[in-house]
Amino acid sequence: MGVLTTSNGAGGGEAPPAHHAAEAIGPLVPSTRRSFFGVLVGSISAVVGVLMAVPVIRFALDPVLHRAGGADWFALGSHGELAAAAAAQPVRAEVSFRRVDGWRATTVKQTVWVTVGAKGGLVVLSGTCPHLGCVALWHGDSGRFVCPCHNGTFDRHGEHLSGPPPRGLDPLPVKVEDGKLWVKYQYYRGLVSDREVIG
Amino acid sequence: MSAAADSRPSGAGESTRRARLASWLDQRVGWRQLMSVALDEPIPGGTRWAYVFGSGLLFVFVNQIVTGVFLALYYVPSADHAHTTVAFIQKQVTMGSFLRSLHAYGSSVMVLLLMLHLAQTYVYGAYKGRRELLWLMGCFLLLLVMGMAFTGYLLPWDQKAYFATAVGTNIASEVPLIGGFLKLLLRGGTEMGTLTLSRFFMLHVFLIPAGIFAAVASHLFLFRKAGAAGPPRPAAELRQLPAATFFPGQVFKDFVFGIGLIVMLGALAWQRPMSLGPAANPSDATYLPRPEWYYLPVFQFIKYFHGAATVLGIVVIPGVVVLALFALPFLDRSPERRPLRRPVAVGSLLLVLAALVFLGVQSGVQDRRDPAVRAKLEAQEEAERAYAKEPFSPDENLGPSAGGGGAAAAAPASLSPDAAKGALLFESEGCSGCHGAQGHGGGGLVAIANIGKRYPPPQLTALLHAPRPDMLQGGMQPVQLKGEDMQALIAFLLAPQRDTAPPAP
Repeated sequence: MGVLTTSNGAGGGEAPPAHHAAEAIGPLVPSTRRSFFGVLVGSISAVVGVLMAVPVIRFALDPVLHRAGGADWFALGSHGELAAAAAAQPVRAEVSFRRVDGWRATTVKQTVWVTVGAKGGLVVLSGTCPHLGCVALWHGDSGRFVCPCHNGTFDRHGEHLSGPPPRGLDPLPVKVEDGKLWVKYQYYRGLVSDREVIG
Repeated sequence: MSAAADSRPSGAGESTRRARLASWLDQRVGWRQLMSVALDEPIPGGTRWAYVFGSGLLFVFVNQIVTGVFLALYYVPSADHAHTTVAFIQKQVTMGSFLRSLHAYGSSVMVLLLMLHLAQTYVYGAYKGRRELLWLMGCFLLLLVMGMAFTGYLLPWDQKAYFATAVGTNIASEVPLIGGFLKLLLRGGTEMGTLTLSRFFMLHVFLIPAGIFAAVASHLFLFRKAGAAGPPRPAAELRQLPAATFFPGQVFKDFVFGIGLIVMLGALAWQRPMSLGPAANPSDATYLPRPEWYYLPVFQFIKYFHGAATVLGIVVIPGVVVLALFALPFLDRSPERRPLRRPVAVGSLLLVLAALVFLGVQSGVQDRRDPAVRAKLEAQEEAERAYAKEPFSPDENLGPSAGGGGAAAAAPASLSPDAAKGALLFESEGCSGCHGAQGHGGGGLVAIANIGKRYPPPQLTALLHAPRPDMLQGGMQPVQLKGEDMQALIAFLLAPQRDTAPPAP
């Protein structure tokens, strides 16, 4: 029964405190062999640890490395009618599209403005202010877009006029098909002067 | 305080500097004594491969913690999302199928190793010699790990998870006197549902793991207190045997075994990813549930008890076996450890093991013999394979309340046409950005809920066109609307429905 039994034998052995025995038998194993095993065990665990860490880190980084796909094309309406209306003043429209949000899909609605571009022709501007993301609104009286959050202003083509925004309103990809104006909604990085699509 | 002196560059060799750093740390941390306690434990009779199962369990347990914690990154414990999120992990997330398979197969390996660890301890008589509490703690850990396996099985919320757990929780109701209460407690209601899932999730992720941490710590402490048992030899003989320290020999064996287990688990998870069946459909009355292999013997055993005897098969006999297991070191007081001289003890272990294997095999044989059952089980497996091949499809939440149109759409339907138009203007003019969806404020927003009681319409119109300086200071923009549009906005602001509507979330 008892292990390392003391002299009383049968009634259940009592192990001596670990360090006593260690002192007694420690020298049995040469210290070079001990450190060799130490290095071996250490390196094997390091290798297996790294091998385990790779899938775990890739798993955790999945949403960072694989961003959700962009929006589909959305028909805003008749190109002719929109062109006529936008010639007078920018036309507000709401784009709705399906957005995959991790394991769920939602309908997202975003404001866009159909207006005349600086070089002529019809452009569709994202309503999202490139400053901090509020929706810029058209003020007919002053003939400019004003962001209600921090008073950034833009001219009717979307070019930056005044206030904190670092650039003008962002133009979205458009196409004309079957006489309709189509837009593809995109998200841009805010607070930077260069346009960068982030989703 | 010799810190400054110790860390001062001395110009001596690398080894001297390292030795100094080592003793600097040791004076503050005491790591030399810690390492000595951890590694220099003597093992009578030297190291053996038979002793690796306990450490192997720790390795796989670490695997379960790491994979489990990361699976929680995407999992949602609710009946309407659990299956979708597991499918998302399995089919969409990089390495998701691999991590989930590691976790699921890991649970089987845990149970298997537990049995080997228990059998080795039992055959070696290593529960003897003032090791009663060590053994009790081990039995308690066995129950906790079986609890982890049972609660974790439900979480994917697929057909087999749902129906196997429905059966499992029904078993609880057979317990005399408190059975009905137990079942209600486990399920969180009379039927399986989202509350069952929440309860199982809480048990699986918080309560039982906390118990395991505490029990593993006690188990290791008691093990070190008692010392390693060594081979099953008479005490006098054992004293003559040369001892070896835990490090390096046994540590090396434990590591080779533990890492071999992890590598095998990884290869299995990589080659044969865990399956996920279609989402649980509680109305499917025809589904034939089969438990995981480690519960198959119990599943089969229950079949042999009918009517009033059911309680025998479900509660009494398994209860007696488990109690006997717990009480073993108190029942078997003989100091004899050699297995051949303990025929009753070793014989009963072999008998129980043989019975478990027989029952498990019998369950499979019966399923294959009955053509109807066999066809049904094959159809279920086929449905599972078909589902596994389908690409992931997200939960569709395409209702009107999603996205930016939410606030306007949430306006009470009973608003007058004018006020309804005003509600849309309130949203499109950006008013809701500062005043909340219905003007009720909340979350640091400026509430204007009762504004109609404070200002008559003409004054309100004037105020909106030209806000007071204090309002401008607070960020209020002059409203540019005119004519009908302004009237509509005012109508919305004055609408009594808006005043009584609950604040939008």
